[in-house]
Amino acid sequence: MTIATETPPRTRRWPIVGEPPYEGSRIPTRVPTILDVPEELRDSEDVFRVNFGPNHPSMHGVLRLIVDLDGEEVVGLQAVIGYLHTGFEKTMESKTYWKCVTYPERIDYVGYQNNELVFVLAVEKLLGIEVPEKATWMRMLLCELNRIHSHLVYLGTSALELGAISMFWYCFREREQILDLFELVTGQRMHTRYFQVGGLAEDIPPGFFPECRRFVEWMPKALDDYLALLDRNQIWLERTKGIGVLAAQDAIALGQTGPNLRASGVDWDLRRDQPYLAYDQVDFKVPVYPDGDVYARYRVRMDEMAESTRIVRQCLDRLERMEGRPWIADDRKVVLPPREELHTSMESLIHHFKIVTEGFRVPEGEVYVAIESPRGESGCYLVSDGGPRPWRVHFRSPSFVALEATATCARGALVADLIAIVGSLDSVMGDTDR
Amino acid sequence: MTEPWWISLLKAFLIVNLLLGLFAYLTLVERKVMGRMQLRYGPNRAGKFGLLQPIADLVKLVRKEAFAPSGAIDIPYIVAPIISAFTAIAAFSVIPWGPGWTVNGWRIDGEVANVSIGLLLVFALGSLGIYGFIVGGWASESKFSILGTMRTCAQLVSYEVSLALSVLGVVLLGRSLNLPEIVHRQGELLPFVAPQFVGMLVFFIAGIAETSRAPFDLPEAEQELVAGYHTEYSGMRWGLFQMAEYINMITLSGLMVTLFFAGWHGPWNLGPIWFLLKMAAVLFAFIWLRTTLPRLRYDQLMRFGWKVLLPVATINAVVTAALVVAFG
Repeated sequence: MTIATETPPRTRRWPIVGEPPYEGSRIPTRVPTILDVPEELRDSEDVFRVNFGPNHPSMHGVLRLIVDLDGEEVVGLQAVIGYLHTGFEKTMESKTYWKCVTYPERIDYVGYQNNELVFVLAVEKLLGIEVPEKATWMRMLLCELNRIHSHLVYLGTSALELGAISMFWYCFREREQILDLFELVTGQRMHTRYFQVGGLAEDIPPGFFPECRRFVEWMPKALDDYLALLDRNQIWLERTKGIGVLAAQDAIALGQTGPNLRASGVDWDLRRDQPYLAYDQVDFKVPVYPDGDVYARYRVRMDEMAESTRIVRQCLDRLERMEGRPWIADDRKVVLPPREELHTSMESLIHHFKIVTEGFRVPEGEVYVAIESPRGESGCYLVSDGGPRPWRVHFRSPSFVALEATATCARGALVADLIAIVGSLDSVMGDTDR
Repeated sequence: MTEPWWISLLKAFLIVNLLLGLFAYLTLVERKVMGRMQLRYGPNRAGKFGLLQPIADLVKLVRKEAFAPSGAIDIPYIVAPIISAFTAIAAFSVIPWGPGWTVNGWRIDGEVANVSIGLLLVFALGSLGIYGFIVGGWASESKFSILGTMRTCAQLVSYEVSLALSVLGVVLLGRSLNLPEIVHRQGELLPFVAPQFVGMLVFFIAGIAETSRAPFDLPEAEQELVAGYHTEYSGMRWGLFQMAEYINMITLSGLMVTLFFAGWHGPWNLGPIWFLLKMAAVLFAFIWLRTTLPRLRYDQLMRFGWKVLLPVATINAVVTAALVVAFG
């Protein structure tokens, strides 16, 4: 057996913006995720090993960092993951497709609607089903609200970790408004399971639009408040600028995506560069900052919140003109028939029974769908054997990849910086461990 | 006319209890004020407006099992919180509450102990209190405690210098180290905050660092070091550390009012009421800062202490001395 040793030349040119903070590679050589203690310090009495987590106030759930400290300086670092391994991917193999939809959202429990979307899109791609326009726009609206929600959680917790405790409550005030909107539409605050294969689970309730408009009007003011509290604060600037730098080349080599990549100056956003849903029909900017430090990551997310608010506004404009239009595809093999038909139509009753008990069948094949989740490229690789259950599901989780950059970013950092760095990479442990 | 010993004893008893009550309700006020600033209510379940919350907290702390890590060094581990709490309470004894009164021919001073070097005593007791933090963190045999202790040592030692230098101007103007004397002089002249504004600022900033409050709360930076030097303490031992910290804060506010804001002086001769009101204002500023500012990093803290505060305090002291000599 011969193994192809020749790799195709890389032709892809990544659009890099601005001057990167440093040249070349600072990625640790032996294993990219482990920062080894330097040779001269290895036998030193001064280096002592501290175990941060999995039970630690600022480890975002259950991340464990084994840190070698020389005084306050971090000289060695190993991240240990797996404390939140749930086996969702395996469980999904024994569930029918329409029951599977609940699992992806629990994987990334902060960016749940985006994860729900990527799975539903993958199934729809295999089925080749046409989704009504109203469902597409509503999905986009909810995903953008979810992005704001996720960034608010990031901002609140990472500010809390740097000691700005009040930011946490201010961010959660706006987050609460978003959760109320989700509850209004779907009946659930988190893990909404509102996206159905073929469209949406239910029609949009009439009270949603004025409530959502009120939020969209409010959000820019809230963002101004955050900027006033943090961006004009000298301590905040000193704590974030020039900390945890990651150059564009290293970010690409480490496979970073999303805000972390854009904060390193790489102009890459799947919403714009590989449009899905109707992102090619809305107007938004992709914020890119070249510095690659904690501050840049914070600014990218702040700007993204503003852009997401703009997208939500455009979606609202469209959706308000779609009243009375269908919200789910009319494909009786896949989509549950309307409830009222069950009393009068024998076929509907049979379809309903078959879908609920056995599930719908998806043609044989495999597919990879990627979307821009709040944390970066969230991908779903789905293999179907033609049955009603997926044969294999795998998620490409952006949090896992983001954590890989920890060792590179933490070079020469102090303990306090380490906390800021881990916070700024914004990985969700559920998404990392799956 | 000096006061008889039994009045001193009675007064000491009264003031200690007042101080502890003040501490208990300061925790409640802090939580309430922080709550309001953070869109919350703060504690409001125990009693009306949560007024019984400090008592509930106390009962909880006392009833809690006080376990120690197996590696802890017994005696220092137990003694450390006691040292801190004792020195914190003792330091308050020299701070004057009022002008002093004569009742039935008995003289009652406005402070527990009228010491001629009161100011030095406060600083000395403050420095001794640091031993509690250091010994406690070292004796609990935990890495987080050790890190917290290292930070505490470095921070308190370096900010103490600025703190002591910042009051030199006041001492020169007041021509005494005796706190009642300084207050009297401010009553005759003017509150020393006017000529010593820079000194006041340095004193306030260094004071925040001395009491390790935000943004200088590095020794117990909860997001980094879990709880710093008192990570391994629980129950009332932890409560004593907490008490020391809050009483230090009260003492520092009291000292600031005494040195810069003319102590108990004010219109209508309200005496202790003025003192308490001014102190409450300073304490409010402490709480306000905590809700607003992010925490400094260790090296930034050190740089700020040695390269900004210390030179400013020194220049302030030298200039004041020159002016006092020149204009007498």
